[in-house]
Amino acid sequence: MAYSDKVIDHYSNPKNVGTLDKASKSVGTGLVGAPECGDVMRLQIEVDQATGLITDAKFKTFGCGSAIASSSLATEWLKGKTIDEAVKIDNMDLVEELNLPPVKIHCSVLAEDAIKAAINDFRSKNGLEELVFEQSHV
Amino acid sequence: MLKLPIYLDHNSTTPMDPRVLEVMLPYFVENFGNAASRNHSFGWQAEEAVDYAREQIAQLIGADPKEIIITSGATEGDNLGIKGVFEMYATKGNHIITCTTEHKAVLDTCKHLEKLGAEVTYLEVQPDGLIDLKQLEAAMRPTTILVAIMYANNEIGVIQPVKEISAIAKKHGALFFTDAVQAVGKIPVDVNTDGIDIMAFTAHKMYGPKGVGALYVRRKNPRVKVTAQMDGGGHERGMRSGTLNVPGIVGFGKAAEVARLDMAADTERISKLRDKLENALKQIDETYVNGNPAHRLPHVSNISFKYVEGEGLMMGFNKDIALSSGSACTSASLEPSYVLKALGLGDDLAHSSLRFGLGRNTTEEQIDFTIKAVTDTVLKLREMSPLWEMFKDGVDIDAIQWAHH
Repeated sequence: MAYSDKVIDHYSNPKNVGTLDKASKSVGTGLVGAPECGDVMRLQIEVDQATGLITDAKFKTFGCGSAIASSSLATEWLKGKTIDEAVKIDNMDLVEELNLPPVKIHCSVLAEDAIKAAINDFRSKNGLEELVFEQSHV
Repeated sequence: MLKLPIYLDHNSTTPMDPRVLEVMLPYFVENFGNAASRNHSFGWQAEEAVDYAREQIAQLIGADPKEIIITSGATEGDNLGIKGVFEMYATKGNHIITCTTEHKAVLDTCKHLEKLGAEVTYLEVQPDGLIDLKQLEAAMRPTTILVAIMYANNEIGVIQPVKEISAIAKKHGALFFTDAVQAVGKIPVDVNTDGIDIMAFTAHKMYGPKGVGALYVRRKNPRVKVTAQMDGGGHERGMRSGTLNVPGIVGFGKAAEVARLDMAADTERISKLRDKLENALKQIDETYVNGNPAHRLPHVSNISFKYVEGEGLMMGFNKDIALSSGSACTSASLEPSYVLKALGLGDDLAHSSLRFGLGRNTTEEQIDFTIKAVTDTVLKLREMSPLWEMFKDGVDIDAIQWAHH
């Protein structure tokens, strides 16, 4: 299977690989996937508590090129968005941007789940109710 | 100059040897006869060429040329050998013993026969990939007609104790079938000293053409017959009808001859390169070689690089190096290699594996390039892997409640 140029680009030059302090109150961490399934994503956001703006985002991913590219792109999109805007990132937007084939759609679903998990982690740390999400497209 | 891409997937297929192509060429346009045309020179010429090739093929495995049934390849050979025995020996019994790491052509054939009334025992393998002979012995029944165990495994290269297996089968009056696709032409295989009754193998894994293979069917001690699975003109002693693929067979014969003559030298050279590759990659932390290292094909190495995923790993160099992974991230099921799982490897290690299959044309320069490319990519991806970070921080990854999706 051939990868799209955008997947190759994110794989070769991933954006925002790294780790934020998960103990910090302004950081939300989402860890999704499972080693047995062949992909695990950890996505972290740092939120300016006054403005609700995501000031930084980092990821680490165990998985195929499409999983790495999906998480790399997600962190790029997250930076500069508010939490409310970030919630609206849809996995199909990632699929479209990266030209993911049908067998790789689950990678984008995982990235969307990671974003939501990070947001909820941030919310619960700050005494806010966790959001309930519908199932993403699979 | 190193020419890219490098081919390290010789368990999937091999490039055809130019010596093989050369002998095939006259049999397409000039000598195009049907080997079954008994009454003119075109037919005689084709028949003569096939007879010669049959001798070359037989010689490689220590057989009589009459015991070679030409097929389209090993999948057909596996089907014909197993289904053919099941039908031919139906009055004797219906029990077949095989193992969980067989090729799908064997496993799915057995599953098919279960629907037709066969009872099949699937032996588990030990962590090193070899079957347990005591378990085999215990599984034998009065109704056992066939023991079907592969000679060498396609994913990890382990070589089963074929002599011991055939002796157990013989003791209990069962036939021994082996899928020897990966072994024939690579290591010495002798149907008599190995005690093989039926054996499937194919040309394209030994530098011959695709689309031609053979089923060895013993004629003496005991005389074995398999029921044909295709009806037609009764070619190949009635066991496999269909006009013979003369150029393919001629090429198969030459490939068998080259394999026989070059085997010792090839093995020595290739196994040194394999060991160099393996020893260098083992220097990377948390790296595991899969399969029994002492009973293994000389050109195969299957390695798990823990905390990186195989397909992601291959992406780091797959424009330059062609090989296979035990990860099945591309498949809809997301299931990793059933062979690696049968060894008892966790799914994470199965997902993290690469299979290196060296060949006749592999050079030291290619191996040096591969060592560097794989090492660099593993280290780069581990920097990106949350699991590697957890491992380094001493987190027990198995204790985490992962959300399976």
